[in-house]
Amino acid sequence: MTPLLMAQLGLTLFVFVMLLNSAAIMVYVERKVAAMLQQRLGPYLVGPKGLLQPLADIIKLLFKEELRPRAADPLLFALAPIIAATAAFAAFAVVPFGAETTLFGLLDAPMKLQVADVNVAVLVIFAISSMSVYGIVLAGWSSNSKYSLLGGLRSSAQMISYELSYGLALAGVLVIANSLSLTDIVNRQSGAWLGVVPRWYVFLQPLGFLIFMTAGIAETNRAPFDFPEAEQELVAGYHTEYSSMSFSMFFLAEYINMVTVSAVATDLYLGGWHGPLLPESLGWIWFLLKVAAILFFYVWMRWTLPRYRYDQLMQFGWKVLLPMAVVNLLVTAAGVLYFGA
Amino acid sequence: MTPTLNEYLLLSAILFAIGTGGVFLRRNLITILLSIEIMLNAVNLTFVAFGRALGSVDGQIIVFFVMTVAAAEAAVGLAIVIGLFRHRASLNPDSFASLKW
Amino acid sequence: MFYLFGAVAIVASLLVIAQRNPIYSVLLLIASFGALSGLYVLLEAPFVAVIQIIVYAGAIMVLFLFVVMLLNAPHEDTEEDLETPGVERRRLAGAGVRRFGGLLALALIVELWWALTKNGGETGAFPAAAEASVAAIGRALFTDYAFPFEVTSILILVAMVGAVVLARREPIAPAARRRSPGTPDLP
Repeated sequence: MTPLLMAQLGLTLFVFVMLLNSAAIMVYVERKVAAMLQQRLGPYLVGPKGLLQPLADIIKLLFKEELRPRAADPLLFALAPIIAATAAFAAFAVVPFGAETTLFGLLDAPMKLQVADVNVAVLVIFAISSMSVYGIVLAGWSSNSKYSLLGGLRSSAQMISYELSYGLALAGVLVIANSLSLTDIVNRQSGAWLGVVPRWYVFLQPLGFLIFMTAGIAETNRAPFDFPEAEQELVAGYHTEYSSMSFSMFFLAEYINMVTVSAVATDLYLGGWHGPLLPESLGWIWFLLKVAAILFFYVWMRWTLPRYRYDQLMQFGWKVLLPMAVVNLLVTAAGVLYFGA
Repeated sequence: MTPTLNEYLLLSAILFAIGTGGVFLRRNLITILLSIEIMLNAVNLTFVAFGRALGSVDGQIIVFFVMTVAAAEAAVGLAIVIGLFRHRASLNPDSFASLKW
Repeated sequence: MFYLFGAVAIVASLLVIAQRNPIYSVLLLIASFGALSGLYVLLEAPFVAVIQIIVYAGAIMVLFLFVVMLLNAPHEDTEEDLETPGVERRRLAGAGVRRFGGLLALALIVELWWALTKNGGETGAFPAAAEASVAAIGRALFTDYAFPFEVTSILILVAMVGAVVLARREPIAPAARRRSPGTPDLP
């Protein structure tokens, strides 16, 4: 067990625990920000300023009875939340969140702050997010109830439609960066033009960033694209029949997908862990700040915008977002050819 | 023991045979289409294995095309299955035997 | 590693053709694709491995799953399935085809086993090759294989149009309609 191996195992565990924590923090942040936007207080009873509210929520969820409808397919009913949660966690395995570090000099060689550094990292994220569709569609099918089935089918149709725009927006960045490895892409965004404007890809690809964020919000089934799990329309969509641990796994999967999309957007467009005033080894602080900003944007969108109706949602995805993404890619490719990268 | 090319080819042969068996043995149109996908994947494995053995990237490129063709064929095949199901409410190929003598 | 992935692929494929429930068949095939993707990684082809997951396991199988759910496909050889028109007439005739199919599959395996092991000890080990980069694949795709690439895009267009036209809704013949009138038409 070399020190490097121990450090890498520790990193894996650390990432896992931090993702779980981030889901809990997101629960609290969502409720507090929603309250702020709606000019009320939000949770304030449990713990100071309501900070222990997520803990109370989790304890309540764990104590609920685990139900299974009699007509539900037992294997698939149990498998669906597992697939959803696993895909959510797995996607974060290839996302780097800091520069190479020697852990304050304990290691001999610098170690990347990334669980697995593959040189097709961008595609791996795309692949795993397309596997998360299965969790939802199986949940909808195996519950054997019409709300679940409709919600599951709509949700998966929405996710696979917006995956196209997601991928094409990604392709715009790939054309500029010339590499599929997320670490490379982030490292190309270091430095600044004229010493002031950072060399982030969001300035080179503003349309691409917007498309990516929109498709990301649709991929994670968040408002304004959350028709499949809207309470007013479909009871609770594909997770109607789930309770206790299984429901909390879907809940967890949704928040972790949000965190992953934010982290990937930060790496691709906002320069990852590069930022002024801090040395490279503390770059993860910048990463956290940027991810937090995008997550705030997510929550803000949910509580500000009305929900898209399902057919409007699909039309938007195919007839507006996809052509925009294609045009973005064409213009980017033309730009790269003309300016010579 | 490091796997050799022969072992990859054998694995691909077994998968292809399983797919062929599936096409003949199953009486459900969708499962037949799934067996065809198994066969296509076995062929993909052969291509990639040979590409690796001969040190050429052509194997992977052909796999790219095979996958695309498989996707197109699956889409059209499933559309036909939907049409057939609407006509006879059955997925059993024996129900569509009216052209047999 | 190879044996693990190979075993998973073979077992999953066998279960695909052995399962009665079409949804389980689709899920097992996804597992088989995952194992094949692992094999591609072992063969130094990470791009193909990821493309396999994205295209096959992530898109084509979702399509299969949708169709299975849309049609509420009956489990094979159940009461519902055996009552469909024309099945009883052909059931006996089908037995011959099954035996032929099984023999064909067996013959294929035996023949290929023989062909692969008869070359007297030549192992066919892999040369030490570098991993093909995605850039190399892209370069070859757009230069040597540019024509098939463009033709494939037209093929996909044709397939899309064909699928939309073929799956368009037409009224079901009343004699064959066994379902209750209240079945929702799924989006």
